[in-house]
Amino acid sequence: MKRYRAILLVLFVLFAIAGMSAQDWIRTGTGLGVEKVRLAVPDFKLVTTDTGTQNLSAIFNVTLWNDLQTAGIFDMVSKSFYPLSVPGAPQEVHLNDWSSPPPNANMLAFGNLGIQGGSLNVQGWLYDAKNPQSPQVLGKQYREPANDANARLIAHRFADEIILRLGGGIAGVAETKLYFVSNRTGSKEIWQMDYDGADQKQLTHMGSIALSPHVSPDGTRVAYSGVTKEGWQILMYSLELGRAVSFQHFSGDNYSPAWSSDGQTIAFSSSRTGDTEIYSVSSTGGSARRLTESKGPDVSPTWNPKTNAQIAWVGGRTGLPQIYTMASDGTNVVRVTDQGYAVSPSWSPNGQFLAFAWIRHYGPGAPGASDIYVMDVASKQWAQLTHEEGRNDFPSWSPDGRHIVFQSSRTGRVQIYSMLADGSEVRQLTTAGENTQPNWSFK
Amino acid sequence: MKLTRSQWIRIIVALAVVLAVGACGKKKVASAPPPPPPPPPSPTASLTANPNTIQAGQASTLTWRTDYATDVTIDQLGKVDPSGSRAVTPAESTTYHLVAKNDSGTQEATARITVVSSPPPPQQISSGTDEQLFSENMKDVFFDYDSYDVSAQYQQVLQADARFLQQHPGMKFTIEGHCDERGSTEYNLALGDNRANAAKQILAQLGISANRVRTISYGKEKPFCTESSESCWQQNRRAHFVYQK
Repeated sequence: MKRYRAILLVLFVLFAIAGMSAQDWIRTGTGLGVEKVRLAVPDFKLVTTDTGTQNLSAIFNVTLWNDLQTAGIFDMVSKSFYPLSVPGAPQEVHLNDWSSPPPNANMLAFGNLGIQGGSLNVQGWLYDAKNPQSPQVLGKQYREPANDANARLIAHRFADEIILRLGGGIAGVAETKLYFVSNRTGSKEIWQMDYDGADQKQLTHMGSIALSPHVSPDGTRVAYSGVTKEGWQILMYSLELGRAVSFQHFSGDNYSPAWSSDGQTIAFSSSRTGDTEIYSVSSTGGSARRLTESKGPDVSPTWNPKTNAQIAWVGGRTGLPQIYTMASDGTNVVRVTDQGYAVSPSWSPNGQFLAFAWIRHYGPGAPGASDIYVMDVASKQWAQLTHEEGRNDFPSWSPDGRHIVFQSSRTGRVQIYSMLADGSEVRQLTTAGENTQPNWSFK
Repeated sequence: MKLTRSQWIRIIVALAVVLAVGACGKKKVASAPPPPPPPPPSPTASLTANPNTIQAGQASTLTWRTDYATDVTIDQLGKVDPSGSRAVTPAESTTYHLVAKNDSGTQEATARITVVSSPPPPQQISSGTDEQLFSENMKDVFFDYDSYDVSAQYQQVLQADARFLQQHPGMKFTIEGHCDERGSTEYNLALGDNRANAAKQILAQLGISANRVRTISYGKEKPFCTESSESCWQQNRRAHFVYQK
């Protein structure tokens, strides 16, 4: 009884402190309160022991661990709890060593790895440690030319298989890409990287300014905006051809393209009338259709990817920018944010949430900076995900809806970070130059 | 003692020299003392300048002539020959003053060179390009934070800009919209476009054809000033005029 009183007292003090600091620390997300699966992932056993194999196995093990930890649905069992003998194949598994304390694992992922004839061979299994009768959930075999990139690729594939099985049937994001703007070469160009920050590659070489990359739903093209001789135009980069391809030019300045999730339509902002408005155009070109009709800046459209029947965007019709939604034909305009400076909306894959950047209390001396928020579109209830660490902007949802990538100046220069959609597990993905406007691929 | 032929020649030459010298000396001693020289007449002097009116930087020739003078000076030139000429390039109108002296007296002469100021240099039009002329005359429009409204102050600036543009109907130009660093990248692009177009529309009302004007927004991509201060931000919130070649 005494113990309970002590706990109550501690809780009371905690609530009091939370109240005093007047912060909006609210945790939201899907699957909250559900116990996470305790997953043990011992290093894969080496079949060959040359230095090449050792190097690739190190890359593989680190990548697999990071993928599973980043997924946000596992409680990763610390390696210090593992039994001394690590299994490389099913016949070497002693399930009881894993299912009982200290590991107390629900699940065990293990396997082996070797290089034969220039190929990297990986065998991996997922075992249900609490089901000794029929433990195997998954058994996979991979074979790719032996190099660093393929060691990461195989780890991503195996991780995504595990996440798909244990994460409620939602595919993992370990094989997804991020597109972003980097000035590390001296001018702002479009770049690509893996979802975990690996393998960063420059795509465009404009030498002027390129901004706002948005990859097509099928992953074949990146739409972006760039300064040309005809001002800002929506430009297109083919990931299949590895070069820029033509897209229709329009009069005025044209920027901030956004793909509908069926790949049919691109919404963007254009100044052709002298006032910036939102337009939509077929992704194969054609005449653009004007959607907004109001004085002031209108920019940064994002489609509801669930239905493609709605668009959210940023409007300056009342002064400081606010988030609005409308039907994709321009009707039924609804103001979403009620105060401050709200920009850069990104619609969640399930259509339920908008992530955006918000300076909620705006004005001289007002507390708060630009932070990332998530709002439930139907109820307009919101939660704050970042808390006054630098200026945070341009959130973009991962295809599984569990992660958000964004830019932040928290370390001085603007860099790209990912986090779980509840604001936890923040990871820095870029370091070279300044990196902005991340966009998560659809798959 | 027998004399050689050369010894004879030497003796004859020596005798001839002695005789000749002796004859000269005798004559000098014999001449009467000269009468005292007559007192020299007073000096005469003249000084002329040709031409006597020049433009700054040009040269004129001073010519002077004196008689009987033992000492001739010109104030600006110092001691000079009794007669002569010299080129001078006075920066301003100058009276040259010559003094000729001898024991009997002094004579002065003057000459004035008038320097007229050079005509005003030809208009900037010929020395500067249209581009320079444009950038010297076209004043930018500055905006309040998160605003694309042109204030009364900058309405007047645009009126002056429009007058200049009407005087130079051949000039085409671009209006760049700029924003300070605080806003978000994409919203600032849109805001910059609205700023550039606000300036364009007012110029259109003042009679400047839209055909002469292009607009582009640079948002916060090309700041004029990179410090994080209000004075710097103010510099970056503008519609900037750029001559179009």
